[in-house]
Amino acid sequence: MIHDFASWLVYRVIGMDAGSHWGQSFHFFVYDTIKITLLLLVMTFLMGIVNSYMPVERVRAWLSSRKWYGADYLLAAIFGAVTPFCSCSSIPLFIGFVRGGIPLGVTFSFLIASPLVNEAAVAVFIGVFGWKTTLIYCGAGIAVGTVVGAMLGRLKLEKHVEPWVWEVQSGDTARDDAKRAFRQRLPGIIREAWATTKKVLPYVLVGITIGAAMHGFVPANYFERYMSKDNPLAVPLAVAAGVPMYANATGVIPVVEQLVAKGISLGTALAFMMAVVGLSIPEGLLLRRVLKPRLIAVYFGSVSLAIVALGYFFNAVL
Amino acid sequence: MRIQVLGPGCHNCKSTEAAAREAVASLGIVAEIVKVTDYVEIAKMGVMKTPGLAVDGKVVISGRVPTAAEIVGLLKK
Repeated sequence: MIHDFASWLVYRVIGMDAGSHWGQSFHFFVYDTIKITLLLLVMTFLMGIVNSYMPVERVRAWLSSRKWYGADYLLAAIFGAVTPFCSCSSIPLFIGFVRGGIPLGVTFSFLIASPLVNEAAVAVFIGVFGWKTTLIYCGAGIAVGTVVGAMLGRLKLEKHVEPWVWEVQSGDTARDDAKRAFRQRLPGIIREAWATTKKVLPYVLVGITIGAAMHGFVPANYFERYMSKDNPLAVPLAVAAGVPMYANATGVIPVVEQLVAKGISLGTALAFMMAVVGLSIPEGLLLRRVLKPRLIAVYFGSVSLAIVALGYFFNAVL
Repeated sequence: MRIQVLGPGCHNCKSTEAAAREAVASLGIVAEIVKVTDYVEIAKMGVMKTPGLAVDGKVVISGRVPTAAEIVGLLKK
Protein backbone atom coordinates (compact mmCIF):
# COMPACT_ATOMS: atom_id res chain seq x y z
CA MET A 1 0.00 0.00 0.00
CA ILE A 2 2.74 2.43 0.99
CA HIS A 3 4.69 1.15 -2.00
CA ASP A 4 1.80 1.96 -4.34
CA PHE A 5 1.39 5.37 -2.78
CA ALA A 6 5.09 6.10 -3.30
CA SER A 7 4.88 4.92 -6.92
CA TRP A 8 1.82 7.09 -7.52
CA LEU A 9 3.48 10.13 -5.94
CA VAL A 10 6.87 9.81 -7.59
CA TYR A 11 5.96 8.52 -11.05
CA ARG A 12 2.48 10.01 -11.60
CA VAL A 13 2.26 13.22 -9.58
CA ILE A 14 5.88 14.33 -9.82
CA GLY A 15 6.28 12.55 -13.14
CA MET A 16 9.74 11.04 -12.71
CA ASP A 17 10.85 8.26 -15.02
CA ALA A 18 10.55 4.85 -13.30
CA GLY A 19 13.52 3.58 -15.32
CA SER A 20 15.91 6.37 -14.41
CA HIS A 21 18.48 6.41 -11.58
CA TRP A 22 16.91 9.53 -10.10
CA GLY A 23 13.41 8.09 -10.28
CA GLN A 24 14.42 4.85 -8.56
CA SER A 25 16.38 6.66 -5.87
CA PHE A 26 13.58 9.10 -5.12
CA HIS A 27 10.97 6.36 -5.02
CA PHE A 28 13.15 4.40 -2.56
CA PHE A 29 13.49 7.52 -0.40
CA VAL A 30 9.76 8.29 -0.29
CA TYR A 31 8.79 4.68 0.35
CA ASP A 32 11.35 4.06 3.11
CA THR A 33 10.72 7.39 4.82
CA ILE A 34 6.96 6.82 5.14
CA LYS A 35 7.38 3.17 6.15
CA ILE A 36 10.10 3.76 8.74
CA THR A 37 8.42 6.82 10.28
CA LEU A 38 5.24 4.79 10.82
CA LEU A 39 7.22 1.87 12.25
CA LEU A 40 9.10 4.19 14.63
CA LEU A 41 5.82 5.61 15.94
CA VAL A 42 4.28 2.17 16.41
CA MET A 43 7.36 0.61 18.06
CA THR A 44 8.07 3.50 20.45
CA PHE A 45 4.37 3.51 21.39
CA LEU A 46 4.27 -0.25 22.06
CA MET A 47 7.51 -0.13 24.06
CA GLY A 48 6.13 2.85 25.98
CA ILE A 49 3.18 0.72 27.08
CA VAL A 50 5.48 -2.15 28.12
CA ASN A 51 7.71 0.25 30.04
CA SER A 52 4.79 1.92 31.77
CA TYR A 53 3.55 -1.37 33.18
CA MET A 54 6.94 -2.98 33.74
CA PRO A 55 9.26 -0.27 35.11
CA VAL A 56 12.88 -1.13 35.95
CA GLU A 57 12.05 -1.08 39.67
CA ARG A 58 9.69 -3.99 39.14
CA VAL A 59 12.19 -5.84 36.93
CA ARG A 60 14.81 -5.49 39.66
CA ALA A 61 12.43 -6.66 42.38
CA TRP A 62 11.55 -9.67 40.27
CA LEU A 63 15.15 -10.57 39.41
CA SER A 64 16.26 -10.36 43.05
CA SER A 65 13.18 -12.07 44.47
CA ARG A 66 14.48 -15.64 44.26
CA LYS A 67 17.32 -17.81 43.04
CA TRP A 68 17.21 -18.30 39.29
CA TYR A 69 20.09 -20.78 38.86
CA GLY A 70 21.53 -19.07 35.80
CA ALA A 71 18.24 -18.27 34.08
CA ASP A 72 18.56 -14.75 35.48
CA TYR A 73 21.16 -13.90 32.81
CA LEU A 74 18.71 -14.71 30.04
CA LEU A 75 15.85 -12.95 31.86
CA ALA A 76 17.97 -9.83 32.44
CA ALA A 77 18.96 -9.75 28.76
CA ILE A 78 15.31 -10.07 27.69
CA PHE A 79 14.25 -7.33 30.12
CA GLY A 80 17.10 -5.19 28.83
CA ALA A 81 15.87 -5.73 25.30
CA VAL A 82 12.29 -4.62 26.01
CA THR A 83 13.28 -1.68 28.23
CA PRO A 84 13.72 1.53 26.26
CA PHE A 85 17.33 2.51 26.64
CA CYS A 86 18.71 5.93 27.33
CA SER A 87 22.44 6.09 27.99
CA CYS A 88 21.81 8.81 30.59
CA SER A 89 20.15 6.19 32.78
CA SER A 90 22.90 3.58 32.62
CA ILE A 91 24.79 4.81 35.72
CA PRO A 92 21.78 5.09 38.08
CA LEU A 93 20.57 1.78 36.69
CA PHE A 94 23.90 0.06 37.28
CA ILE A 95 24.11 1.31 40.87
CA GLY A 96 20.46 0.49 41.51
CA PHE A 97 20.91 -3.07 40.24
CA VAL A 98 24.12 -4.04 42.01
CA ARG A 99 23.02 -2.40 45.28
CA GLY A 100 19.62 -4.04 44.99
CA GLY A 101 21.21 -7.45 45.26
CA ILE A 102 21.49 -8.36 41.59
CA PRO A 103 24.80 -10.09 40.73
CA LEU A 104 27.28 -8.06 38.64
CA GLY A 105 27.11 -10.49 35.70
CA VAL A 106 23.31 -10.32 35.55
CA THR A 107 23.52 -6.52 35.65
CA PHE A 108 25.88 -6.69 32.67
CA SER A 109 23.45 -8.94 30.78
CA PHE A 110 20.85 -6.18 31.15
CA LEU A 111 23.28 -3.37 30.27
CA ILE A 112 24.59 -5.15 27.15
CA ALA A 113 21.22 -6.17 25.72
CA SER A 114 19.49 -2.87 26.45
CA PRO A 115 21.14 -0.64 23.80
CA LEU A 116 21.67 -3.58 21.41
CA VAL A 117 17.96 -4.28 21.10
CA ASN A 118 16.33 -0.87 21.43
CA GLU A 119 12.96 0.13 20.06
CA ALA A 120 14.25 2.67 17.52
CA ALA A 121 16.83 0.29 16.02
CA VAL A 122 14.25 -2.50 15.87
CA ALA A 123 11.73 -0.25 14.10
CA VAL A 124 14.25 0.80 11.44
CA PHE A 125 15.41 -2.80 11.16
CA ILE A 126 11.90 -4.09 10.44
CA GLY A 127 11.51 -1.34 7.86
CA VAL A 128 14.65 -2.11 5.88
CA PHE A 129 15.35 -5.81 6.50
CA GLY A 130 11.91 -7.27 7.24
CA TRP A 131 10.62 -9.35 10.14
CA LYS A 132 12.75 -12.43 9.77
CA THR A 133 16.13 -10.71 9.84
CA THR A 134 14.90 -8.45 12.66
CA LEU A 135 14.02 -11.49 14.78
CA ILE A 136 17.45 -12.96 14.09
CA TYR A 137 19.02 -9.65 15.13
CA CYS A 138 17.00 -9.46 18.36
CA GLY A 139 17.77 -13.08 19.20
CA ALA A 140 21.46 -12.45 18.57
CA GLY A 141 21.40 -9.35 20.79
CA ILE A 142 19.77 -11.23 23.66
CA ALA A 143 22.25 -14.11 23.17
CA VAL A 144 25.23 -11.73 23.38
CA GLY A 145 23.81 -10.18 26.57
CA THR A 146 23.16 -13.57 28.16
CA VAL A 147 26.47 -15.21 27.27
CA VAL A 148 28.77 -12.25 27.95
CA GLY A 149 26.93 -11.45 31.20
CA ALA A 150 27.29 -15.05 32.39
CA MET A 151 30.96 -15.05 31.41
CA LEU A 152 31.69 -11.77 33.20
CA GLY A 153 29.78 -13.13 36.21
CA ARG A 154 32.20 -16.06 36.41
CA LEU A 155 35.26 -13.81 36.38
CA LYS A 156 34.60 -12.29 39.84
CA LEU A 157 35.11 -8.73 38.71
CA GLU A 158 33.54 -7.04 41.74
CA LYS A 159 36.89 -5.58 42.76
CA HIS A 160 37.04 -3.66 39.47
CA VAL A 161 33.92 -1.73 40.31
CA GLU A 162 34.67 1.64 41.93
CA PRO A 163 34.61 0.91 45.69
CA TRP A 164 32.19 3.71 46.60
CA VAL A 165 29.46 2.03 44.54
CA TRP A 166 29.22 -0.70 47.17
CA GLU A 167 28.66 1.94 49.84
CA VAL A 168 25.70 3.67 48.23
CA GLN A 169 22.66 3.20 50.43
CA SER A 170 20.03 1.21 48.64
CA GLY A 171 17.43 1.04 51.40
CA ASP A 172 14.92 3.59 50.21
CA THR A 173 14.15 2.68 46.66
CA ALA A 174 12.00 5.16 44.88
CA ARG A 175 8.82 3.59 43.61
CA ASP A 176 6.64 5.69 41.46
CA ASP A 177 3.73 3.67 42.69
CA ALA A 178 0.79 5.59 41.32
CA LYS A 179 -1.82 3.07 40.34
CA ARG A 180 -2.89 4.84 37.22
CA ALA A 181 -5.46 3.69 34.72
CA PHE A 182 -4.44 3.09 31.11
CA ARG A 183 -6.36 6.23 30.15
CA GLN A 184 -4.14 8.30 32.46
CA ARG A 185 -0.95 6.68 31.21
CA LEU A 186 -1.75 7.08 27.54
CA PRO A 187 -0.97 10.81 27.06
CA GLY A 188 2.49 10.39 28.59
CA ILE A 189 3.20 7.29 26.51
CA ILE A 190 2.18 9.06 23.30
CA ARG A 191 4.23 12.13 24.21
CA GLU A 192 7.36 10.08 24.83
CA ALA A 193 6.86 7.95 21.71
CA TRP A 194 6.62 11.12 19.66
CA ALA A 195 9.68 12.65 21.38
CA THR A 196 11.79 9.54 20.71
CA THR A 197 10.67 9.36 17.09
CA LYS A 198 11.48 13.03 16.57
CA LYS A 199 14.93 12.55 18.10
CA VAL A 200 15.91 9.59 15.93
CA LEU A 201 14.23 10.61 12.69
CA PRO A 202 16.85 13.12 11.43
CA TYR A 203 19.59 10.46 11.67
CA VAL A 204 17.39 7.90 9.97
CA LEU A 205 16.51 10.34 7.17
CA VAL A 206 20.21 10.94 6.48
CA GLY A 207 20.67 7.15 6.38
CA ILE A 208 17.71 6.69 4.03
CA THR A 209 19.02 9.45 1.75
CA ILE A 210 22.42 7.76 1.45
CA GLY A 211 20.71 4.38 1.06
CA ALA A 212 18.42 5.77 -1.65
CA ALA A 213 21.35 7.25 -3.58
CA MET A 214 23.15 3.89 -3.41
CA HIS A 215 19.98 2.09 -4.43
CA GLY A 216 19.69 4.09 -7.63
CA PHE A 217 23.33 4.66 -8.57
CA VAL A 218 25.60 1.91 -7.19
CA PRO A 219 25.76 -1.17 -9.43
CA ALA A 220 24.72 -4.56 -8.02
CA ASN A 221 27.49 -6.64 -6.37
CA TYR A 222 29.71 -3.55 -6.29
CA PHE A 223 30.98 -4.21 -2.75
CA GLU A 224 31.40 -7.94 -3.12
CA ARG A 225 35.03 -7.75 -4.15
CA TYR A 226 35.93 -5.61 -1.09
CA MET A 227 34.12 -7.52 1.60
CA SER A 228 33.26 -10.96 0.35
CA LYS A 229 32.17 -13.82 2.57
CA ASP A 230 35.49 -15.56 2.03
CA ASN A 231 37.55 -12.69 3.38
CA PRO A 232 38.31 -13.82 6.97
CA LEU A 233 39.06 -10.26 8.10
CA ALA A 234 35.72 -8.85 6.95
CA VAL A 235 33.86 -9.46 10.24
CA PRO A 236 36.51 -8.17 12.68
CA LEU A 237 37.11 -5.12 10.47
CA ALA A 238 33.40 -4.39 10.35
CA VAL A 239 33.16 -4.61 14.17
CA ALA A 240 36.26 -2.43 14.64
CA ALA A 241 34.69 0.18 12.37
CA GLY A 242 31.34 -0.02 14.15
CA VAL A 243 32.34 0.34 17.82
CA PRO A 244 33.44 4.02 17.70
CA MET A 245 30.20 5.05 15.98
CA TYR A 246 27.62 6.50 18.32
CA ALA A 247 24.54 4.57 19.44
CA ASN A 248 22.24 7.15 17.90
CA ALA A 249 23.58 5.98 14.55
CA THR A 250 20.35 4.08 13.99
CA GLY A 251 20.68 5.87 10.67
CA VAL A 252 23.37 3.46 9.48
CA ILE A 253 20.84 0.66 9.17
CA PRO A 254 19.38 1.84 5.80
CA VAL A 255 22.93 2.30 4.48
CA VAL A 256 23.94 -1.18 5.60
CA GLU A 257 20.87 -2.64 3.92
CA GLN A 258 22.15 -1.21 0.64
CA LEU A 259 25.63 -2.62 1.34
CA VAL A 260 23.97 -6.03 1.70
CA ALA A 261 21.90 -5.47 -1.45
CA LYS A 262 25.10 -4.65 -3.33
CA GLY A 263 27.12 -7.64 -2.23
CA ILE A 264 28.24 -7.58 1.43
CA SER A 265 27.24 -10.72 3.32
CA LEU A 266 24.51 -10.47 5.93
CA GLY A 267 26.61 -11.85 8.80
CA THR A 268 29.24 -9.16 8.32
CA ALA A 269 26.51 -6.52 8.11
CA LEU A 270 24.76 -7.76 11.26
CA ALA A 271 28.04 -7.73 13.18
CA PHE A 272 28.71 -4.18 12.02
CA MET A 273 25.30 -2.96 13.11
CA MET A 274 25.51 -4.68 16.50
CA ALA A 275 28.85 -2.97 17.07
CA VAL A 276 27.41 0.43 16.10
CA VAL A 277 24.23 0.16 18.17
CA GLY A 278 25.52 -1.86 21.13
CA LEU A 279 28.85 -0.27 21.99
CA SER A 280 29.76 3.39 21.92
CA ILE A 281 32.66 5.46 23.18
CA PRO A 282 30.42 7.97 25.03
CA GLU A 283 28.79 5.13 26.94
CA GLY A 284 32.21 3.72 27.85
CA LEU A 285 33.25 7.13 29.18
CA LEU A 286 30.05 7.33 31.21
CA LEU A 287 30.57 3.89 32.73
CA ARG A 288 34.06 4.97 33.77
CA ARG A 289 32.40 6.64 36.78
CA VAL A 290 31.42 3.29 38.23
CA LEU A 291 33.82 0.83 36.57
CA LYS A 292 37.61 0.78 36.70
CA PRO A 293 39.37 1.02 33.29
CA ARG A 294 40.25 -2.66 33.25
CA LEU A 295 36.64 -3.73 33.67
CA ILE A 296 35.54 -1.35 30.89
CA ALA A 297 38.19 -2.89 28.65
CA VAL A 298 37.00 -6.39 29.53
CA TYR A 299 33.38 -5.35 28.95
CA PHE A 300 34.00 -3.78 25.52
CA GLY A 301 36.46 -6.52 24.53
CA SER A 302 34.18 -9.42 25.38
CA VAL A 303 31.12 -7.87 23.75
CA SER A 304 33.17 -7.15 20.60
CA LEU A 305 34.48 -10.72 20.53
CA ALA A 306 30.97 -12.12 20.96
CA ILE A 307 29.74 -9.95 18.06
CA VAL A 308 32.64 -11.08 15.84
CA ALA A 309 31.85 -14.72 16.68
CA LEU A 310 28.19 -14.15 15.80
CA GLY A 311 29.21 -12.52 12.51
CA TYR A 312 31.24 -15.59 11.51
CA PHE A 313 28.40 -17.84 12.63
CA PHE A 314 25.81 -16.00 10.52
CA ASN A 315 28.12 -15.89 7.50
CA ALA A 316 28.45 -19.66 7.76
CA VAL A 317 24.75 -20.36 8.35
CA LEU A 318 22.68 -17.72 6.54
CA MET B 1 9.08 23.63 49.67
CA ARG B 2 11.96 22.16 47.74
CA ILE B 3 11.44 20.44 44.41
CA GLN B 4 14.30 18.49 42.84
CA VAL B 5 14.34 17.56 39.17
CA LEU B 6 16.50 14.45 38.77
CA GLY B 7 18.18 14.03 35.41
CA PRO B 8 21.45 14.79 33.65
CA GLY B 9 19.93 17.34 31.27
CA CYS B 10 18.45 15.34 28.44
CA HIS B 11 15.24 16.28 26.67
CA ASN B 12 12.97 14.47 29.14
CA CYS B 13 14.60 16.19 32.11
CA LYS B 14 13.94 19.61 30.61
CA SER B 15 10.29 18.71 30.03
CA THR B 16 10.02 17.58 33.66
CA GLU B 17 11.53 20.83 34.91
CA ALA B 18 9.17 22.87 32.74
CA ALA B 19 6.19 20.91 34.09
CA ALA B 20 7.37 21.52 37.67
CA ARG B 21 7.70 25.27 37.07
CA GLU B 22 4.26 25.38 35.50
CA ALA B 23 2.74 23.50 38.45
CA VAL B 24 4.36 25.83 40.99
CA ALA B 25 3.24 28.90 39.07
CA SER B 26 -0.35 27.70 38.76
CA LEU B 27 -0.57 26.96 42.50
CA GLY B 28 0.98 30.32 43.30
CA ILE B 29 3.20 28.82 46.00
CA VAL B 30 6.79 29.59 46.87
CA ALA B 31 9.00 26.67 46.01
CA GLU B 32 12.65 26.22 45.23
CA ILE B 33 13.23 24.19 42.07
CA VAL B 34 16.68 22.66 41.78
CA LYS B 35 18.17 20.33 39.21
CA VAL B 36 20.11 17.27 40.28
CA THR B 37 22.31 16.40 37.32
CA ASP B 38 24.93 14.17 38.91
CA TYR B 39 24.34 10.50 38.08
CA VAL B 40 25.63 9.38 41.44
CA GLU B 41 23.37 11.76 43.37
CA ILE B 42 20.44 10.54 41.29
CA ALA B 43 21.30 6.93 42.02
CA LYS B 44 21.68 7.69 45.74
CA MET B 45 18.11 8.95 45.82
CA GLY B 46 17.01 5.55 44.60
CA VAL B 47 16.09 6.53 41.06
CA MET B 48 17.20 4.07 38.36
CA LYS B 49 15.65 5.64 35.33
CA THR B 50 15.61 9.34 34.58
CA PRO B 51 13.82 11.70 34.71
CA GLY B 52 12.69 11.78 38.33
CA LEU B 53 11.09 14.32 40.63
CA ALA B 54 11.49 14.69 44.38
CA VAL B 55 9.50 16.91 46.75
CA ASP B 56 11.22 17.80 50.03
CA GLY B 57 13.69 14.97 49.50
CA LYS B 58 11.09 12.30 48.75
CA VAL B 59 11.01 10.84 45.24
CA VAL B 60 7.51 11.01 43.79
CA ILE B 61 8.12 10.41 40.08
CA SER B 62 10.68 8.09 38.53
CA GLY B 63 11.35 7.01 34.98
CA ARG B 64 8.78 9.14 33.18
CA VAL B 65 7.86 12.72 32.34
CA PRO B 66 4.94 13.93 34.47
CA THR B 67 2.40 16.53 33.38
CA ALA B 68 2.05 19.85 35.19
CA ALA B 69 -1.43 18.82 36.36
CA GLU B 70 -0.03 15.66 37.89
CA ILE B 71 2.62 17.62 39.79
CA VAL B 72 -0.08 20.02 41.04
CA GLY B 73 -1.88 16.99 42.48
CA LEU B 74 1.32 15.75 44.13
CA LEU B 75 2.15 19.14 45.62
CA LYS B 76 -1.30 19.54 47.15
CA LYS B 77 -0.84 16.39 49.24
